[in-house]
This record gives sequence, C-alpha cells and structure tokens, in this order.
Amino acid sequence: MPSLVIIDSECANLNSVYRATVKAGLQPVISGHPDEITGAKAIIFPGVGSFTHAAQVLSKKGLDKVIMKVILKEIPFLGICLGMQLLCSESEEAANTAIKGLDLIPGRVKRFPSGLPVPHVGWNRVVPVVDHPLFSGLPAGSYFYFTHSYYVDPCHAEETLARTAYGFSFTSAVFKNNVFGVQFHPEKSGPAGLRLLSNFGKIIAGQRQK
Amino acid sequence: MLAKRIIPCLDVHEGRVVKGTRFINMKDAGDPVKLASYYDCEGADEIVFLDITASIEGRKAILDVVRRTAEAVFIPLTVGGGIDSVELMQELLHCGADKISLNTAALQDPLLIRLGADRFGSQCIIAAIDARRKNITAEGNPAWEVYSHGGRRATGRDAEEWAFEAEKLGAGEILLTSMDADGTREGYDIDLLKAVTGAVDIPVIASGGAGKMEHMLEALTAGGAHAVLAASILHYGTCRISEIKQYLAENGLPVRPVTGNEDYDL
Repeated sequence: MPSLVIIDSECANLNSVYRATVKAGLQPVISGHPDEITGAKAIIFPGVGSFTHAAQVLSKKGLDKVIMKVILKEIPFLGICLGMQLLCSESEEAANTAIKGLDLIPGRVKRFPSGLPVPHVGWNRVVPVVDHPLFSGLPAGSYFYFTHSYYVDPCHAEETLARTAYGFSFTSAVFKNNVFGVQFHPEKSGPAGLRLLSNFGKIIAGQRQK
Repeated sequence: MLAKRIIPCLDVHEGRVVKGTRFINMKDAGDPVKLASYYDCEGADEIVFLDITASIEGRKAILDVVRRTAEAVFIPLTVGGGIDSVELMQELLHCGADKISLNTAALQDPLLIRLGADRFGSQCIIAAIDARRKNITAEGNPAWEVYSHGGRRATGRDAEEWAFEAEKLGAGEILLTSMDADGTREGYDIDLLKAVTGAVDIPVIASGGAGKMEHMLEALTAGGAHAVLAASILHYGTCRISEIKQYLAENGLPVRPVTGNEDYDL
C-alpha cells in the first residue's frame, strides 16, 4: 500500500504537485482509487478550478466519504488551494446550489471584495500565527505563489495557521490536528514551497515513529 | 501585499530558444529548459515561453519542452503562441504549463477565453494583446488598436475595449505588448499601460520596450502594471534580475527577494 497518496481530483495542477513532492524528497503516488486512498499513511489533496465542479467530482467518485474516513484516522493531510477550500463548510462560489464542502474546518469560502484586483495572483507573504513544523526553516513573511479568487474565512480563529495581507488580512493556511490546508501553491513557490512540502514529509515521518 | 513580478520571456522555435542570448557561462544558450532553470535561479518570478513555431512538428516540440521544464523549474510557467483550442490548452497544462496565453485565436473567437476559463479556471487564462498607437481620438485622447497574427494584421479593435471584454469573458490576466515600444529599449508605453490598467481589475503584465531598470519601475508605478515581461534586457545581460529587484525594493516596491538558495537545496 502506498504511503503518500496525491488524490486524483482531475485538476490541472496534479502533475505539478507530484513533481514538486518528488523533488522535495517524498515518494507519492497519484490515485483516485478509494482503497488506495483509505490505506494511505498520508494524503495530499490538490485542486484548482471551481469549487462546484470539484465538489461534484468528489461526490460522484465517492471520494468525499473516503476523505472523511481517512481524516478520522488522523493521518497527515494537506489540502492545496481548492483542496483547502473544500475542507470548509461551504463556498460563495456555490452559493445558489446545494453543494457543500467537507466541513472539517468549519467556515465559509468567500469571494474577495470588489475593489481588489481578482484573482489574487502572484507572490505574497505568508506569516504563520503559531510556531508550527509545517513552516519550519521558513522565515515569517516568506513569499509563496497564490492564484485564487476566493479565500477561507474559518469560524474558529485557532484553526488559522498563517495569514496573508491583500487589501486586508486573510487566512492563507489552516490546521486542525494533522489536517492542513494552504491557499497558496507550494508546488509553484520555488525553494520556499519545496521546503514546506519537505516539512510535510517530516511530519509524515514523525507520525510513523509514534 | 503582492510582490511585483519580473518575468523573462523566451521565444521558442521548434523546441529551441531563438533571438540568441549572450550568456557567457552557458554551453547551450538555445536550450529552453536550461535557460528557464537559469532564470529561476536568478530570481525570476515566472517564466513565459512564446512558441513561434507554425508547424505540427513544432507543436510536439513545445509540449516536450514544457514537460522537461516542469520537471526542473518550480515557479509558474506560461505558454503562448498559436494556441487555438481547449484540447491544446489541456495538453499543455497536462505537460506542466500553469497558464495559457491566448492572442490571435481569441480575437477570432472571443468565446475561446470563456471556454478555457470555465474549464481550467480564470487563473489559467492570459489574454495577450499586441497594441499599436493610433491617431488621437476626437476628444483628444490617445487610443490604441489591437493587432493579431504576431502584430501583422490590424483588427480594428480598441485595446482598452478588448482588454475589458477579455476580462468579462474570464481572462485572469492581461499581457499587454506595445508594438510601438517593442524592440526600442526606450521604455514601456506608459500611456497604454495607464489606459488598460484603468479599464480592467485583473493584473496587467507590461511588455515591450524595457531598456533599463528605470523603465520597469515606471511601468510598475506610473503605468500601474503588476508585472513586467522582459526579454533582451535580460537575455543580453544588460541587467540581472537580482539587480532589478534590489533597485525596485530601494524604490519602495514589494519584490520577492532572491534568496540565493534557488538551487532547491533542501
């Protein structure tokens, strides 16, 4: 059984996430197979595109239930961009639909207010609000690459791991036990991004020793 | 606050970089993968490949170039040039491109922007606009006309209006080239930049005319651009990206520092 599975969410950045994860020294496999995902020791959940489309793909494949199941096992789990947003309860992008998120990080995904150039695209600073191994070796305010029009607004402030300023300060990373979500793209963030992925690898290794 | 981006642009023909570069310590300055890696290490914030090949064989070559680059470079990669279908976009994205730049095909069929944005998200779609200054309007304001086919064919479209329409269709960024300034090294067309950045909310990448660092500062401040594209000023070694970034930072602009560990040493 593979140890680290990148969930095949049928999104465009899947291969980039795979290549960066390999470069960061991890040994991932890409899979959309429920058994492989259930048996994984760690999960990366990438995503770009629309919340509605991605949520529908997940539910059509039955992967929403699979993800809930593996998260209950408390294995390390990293959601990237849309993969982070899908951890929340609901999104304004799917406001007029019955489509919901996984509700693991209670909160709402909101569109950036008008007046700001949207999408928020480019390199911006990420400032962790707590000292956490995911950001080990990364100076506070390191630049990461973002490209998104919606951001996560968590209900519980203690689930915010890092913040970023774009007109106002928004949550750019969340965490709850072993579940992490990052709004930026570590796979496209040069050395800083690879360092974060390598840190995630260390969290996985630490978990195994327990 | 978003960092201002410096984006080297490489013209690729049949899988090789053309408009030769003048790097001293590079054995093969025509290899797009090596050049992309070099600029990545130099502190480039993104890389743009402009495929100027017309043939089917050339298409295969760019796919291979994108695939190999994506294995070596972990910053955003944009590909443009002759992309005229969602299928080709899909292929390029699958090979590792992050963004697709649409130009002539979008002018011929504007819905291509919408199709691409709906399928892959706005963040994937850049509307590239080649504009040339035309006579001053009746109100006495400057205006610019959009050209297609690599700047060879006038379209009768107004640049500001086309940028606005492209945004409404779902483009996530505008790559704006001034045909008047391109190749002059006398600076970006600041009036054009002001006009287009005023017409849209999405980020605008300034292109054409960079000859010195002051030009970049001007485009990013007075021009309102979010990023600057540069070719010869970088290829010919007039300035290094680290120097440009230091200069921009000294002038109060946010830039992503060149950390010096871009060799991905973990």
